[in-house]
Amino acid sequence: MISFKEVSKTFFTRAGHKQIIALNGVSFEIKPAEFVSIVGKSGAGKTTLLKLILAEERPTRGEIFFNGDNLGKIKTAKLPRIRRKIGTVFQDYKLLPSKTAYENIAYILEAVGAEENEILRNVPEVLGIVGLESRAQNFPEELSAGERQRIAIARALIHRPKVILADEPTGNLDPYCALDIIKLLLKINEIGTTVILSTHDKEIINRLGKRVLTLEQGALVRDEERGHFIL
Amino acid sequence: MLTSLKRIIYFGWKDFYSSLGLSLATCFILVIVIFLITSLFLLKGLSEHLIASVREKADITIFLKGDSSEEDILKLKEELVKMPEVKEVEYVSKEQALEKFTKEHKDEPEIMRALGLFDNPLWSSLNIKAFEAAQYPSLVSFLENSSPSNLIAEVDYPQRKLLIEQIFGITEMVKRAGIIISFILAVIAILVAFNTVRLAIYNSREEIKIQRLVGASNWFIRGPFIVQGAIAGFFSVVFSLFMILGIIYFLGPKIGFFLSGFNLLSYFLANLGTIALIQLATGVGIGVISSYIATRKYLDV
Ligand SMILES: Nc1ncnc2c1ncn2[C@@H]1O[C@H](COP(=O)(O)OP(=O)(O)OP(=O)(O)O)[C@@H](O)[C@H]1O
Ligand SMILES: [Mg+2]
Repeated sequence: MISFKEVSKTFFTRAGHKQIIALNGVSFEIKPAEFVSIVGKSGAGKTTLLKLILAEERPTRGEIFFNGDNLGKIKTAKLPRIRRKIGTVFQDYKLLPSKTAYENIAYILEAVGAEENEILRNVPEVLGIVGLESRAQNFPEELSAGERQRIAIARALIHRPKVILADEPTGNLDPYCALDIIKLLLKINEIGTTVILSTHDKEIINRLGKRVLTLEQGALVRDEERGHFIL
Repeated sequence: MLTSLKRIIYFGWKDFYSSLGLSLATCFILVIVIFLITSLFLLKGLSEHLIASVREKADITIFLKGDSSEEDILKLKEELVKMPEVKEVEYVSKEQALEKFTKEHKDEPEIMRALGLFDNPLWSSLNIKAFEAAQYPSLVSFLENSSPSNLIAEVDYPQRKLLIEQIFGITEMVKRAGIIISFILAVIAILVAFNTVRLAIYNSREEIKIQRLVGASNWFIRGPFIVQGAIAGFFSVVFSLFMILGIIYFLGPKIGFFLSGFNLLSYFLANLGTIALIQLATGVGIGVISSYIATRKYLDV
């Protein structure tokens, strides 16, 4: 479903044109309905890897395929169609500041052209799943970091995407809440959704017993089927 | 498709009033631009009126021999009226000329006494106006060489040549300068308005990027901005129309003296359709087109 072939990503800093190698010759393949965790120190390239799958960034070298589409070469006009198959929990949430929690989630369904009654039914339900029915009419600035994160998670699930990219989705949650979210991701994975999770949380990785990709300074140093958290 | 359109319009309207301050600032600039462009249109009407009334003063007179019959003169007049260069011909008979002369000089007894010695010494004449200064020479040569030349005593063209050419030359220059200045002002105004819309959309660049990343199509993202631009344009047009009408209504009579007989209000009302169309094209056009262009830059993630 997703495959990286010798992918490198180099950034140029805005000041001084220094090169930063965020990813270096990374190759792997993810099959449909897999649950894959990505671990690595801060700055190892986890977010960059997810950005490449979402085609927010294009690879400097190598090729990335998503369902047969070459993401390095695809036209920007074709991206919405691909992105609708993906639900993303961004590390910095990326909620729309001018919309309420409810509207942020509803926006995804509106963008894919869902019917009004479907929106009215599904949005409250998913808000219930992340435990935030009472915050439906709050704007992002009125929410705590953990609440924003949960709205971001709800938004990523609402349209039942084929793939979920979760970039440290439990970073701002207490252990109980974090566990609930991971259980939720596992449940979604069981019904056939591919889940790609980037995390710092050793506990979670060790409990999951799923495939783990370990990044170190942009390079893929381990790819284990039943992985553990080793940095 | 229809649901998407409905949502786009709804979002546009909602964004318009949820950032009312910014929207009104945009409207304010649009009103200024519409006001300027409408003023240019009205000025065009005024200057055409003034130019025409100045050009009225350019004419030549042919004096006809005393023994020419009225019938021949009217025939010559008919012939002249048919010529494409000729705008207007006025026949002044001997009697009319005398009447006019007496009126003008009634306070000068010497002249009147001298006039009394003769039995109407004045000539009848034809007063001719052409469309262009350049047409007078050919007109004159036609008169001198054609069949009815035996009727003609004198043409005053040589004396008036310079004046006619100056009148036409200056008015032509004024006309051209007007067009160029209007064009430059309109371009500047449109650029200012475009920039205002661009800045308003610059504030939303992060939001546009997020919308792209979660899979919204370009039209779904851009649509609300275009709707907002159209709404701002439409409100600005309605406001400008009433504002300008008010200004003309209350100020028109006071400045009537400077307009030398040009009735601003009736010109405005007579051209209301054109003016409303120009305003809509300016207001809504700028709103829509600049929203379209300004969003394009942020849609390429
Ligand atoms: N737009 C950018 N311009 C320049 N350098 C960048 C850019 N984005 C990321 N980098 C660099 O690329 C490297 C990898 O960044 P990335 O965000 O992928 O790390 P990460 O593994 O997600 O870290 P964290 O766990 O802290 O989120 C970092 O060293 C970062 O400085
Ligand atoms: Mg990161």
